[in-house]
Amino acid sequence: MVGLEHYLSVAAALFVIGVFGLFLNRKNIIILLMSIELMLLAVNINLVAFSSYLNDLVGQVFTLFILTVAAAEAAIGLAILVSFFRNRGTIAVEDVNVMKG
Amino acid sequence: MSVADIAFYIFAITTVASGLFTVVSKNPVHSVLWLIASFLGAAGLFVLLGAEFVAMLLIIVYVGAVAVLFLFVVMMLDVDFAELKAEMAKSVPLAMLIGVVLLMQLGAVLGVWQFADGAESARAAIAPALEDTHNTLALGQILYTDYILLFQLAGLILLVAMIGAIVLTLRHRTNVKRQNVIAQMHRDPAKAMDVIDVKPGQGL
Repeated sequence: MVGLEHYLSVAAALFVIGVFGLFLNRKNIIILLMSIELMLLAVNINLVAFSSYLNDLVGQVFTLFILTVAAAEAAIGLAILVSFFRNRGTIAVEDVNVMKG
Repeated sequence: MSVADIAFYIFAITTVASGLFTVVSKNPVHSVLWLIASFLGAAGLFVLLGAEFVAMLLIIVYVGAVAVLFLFVVMMLDVDFAELKAEMAKSVPLAMLIGVVLLMQLGAVLGVWQFADGAESARAAIAPALEDTHNTLALGQILYTDYILLFQLAGLILLVAMIGAIVLTLRHRTNVKRQNVIAQMHRDPAKAMDVIDVKPGQGL
């Protein structure tokens, strides 16, 4: 019988894969954005699993808002990426050093 | 093992394995395709949990829009991804270390946690029974009443994101010839043309 713990395990594994991807692909912003999407997906799985097992719809409502914010974040991130690539001709993270912060 | 259990394991393995291939794959186009597979697996998990609306939304928004946007950008940018990937081997030990530690921390919680005593009574919107209303109707009934402010703010976030993306990527090229329709329509044949009588043997 599949219970809540099974879903939480899947979400935990997916979240760890997202963090793993962040550290593995430190040079490539596109893969970094995809890793962030994976982490947000893991959070969504957690929210929907708890919503289903507690019989409370608020978890699913918050999943909708996370989806919205994730879509907006991906659109803005990729727009910044395209604009940066036009100006510098590269998307490597170590070249993003104009502000010398 | 029931059919639902087998479906859970298929979707769970699809989601996790596709997620892993997303971050380790050499070609970013393959990464995006694995990301789509991961989202599809997660949508299957949502259907098994009884959240059909979120599952369909995941397919429409993520597979239909976000993943295609990623694919578009990956194909549009002329980047040497092999060069970016060449240094990946150096960061494997650190990434493995952090991944294993995080996995052990999350794994230590599994099996020993329990719901708080007040968890049942703290529910804000108890889902109606499946026989009364289906998932989409129940979600709409609380989304447009109790959560209307958050709903409008989500719309505002999308508007700001849309305007921001357009402003960031819009550019006016200066050295490109364009058609000026107004000037073209107001062209007068009497001023634009001259009839020249060329004498034989002289030329212009």
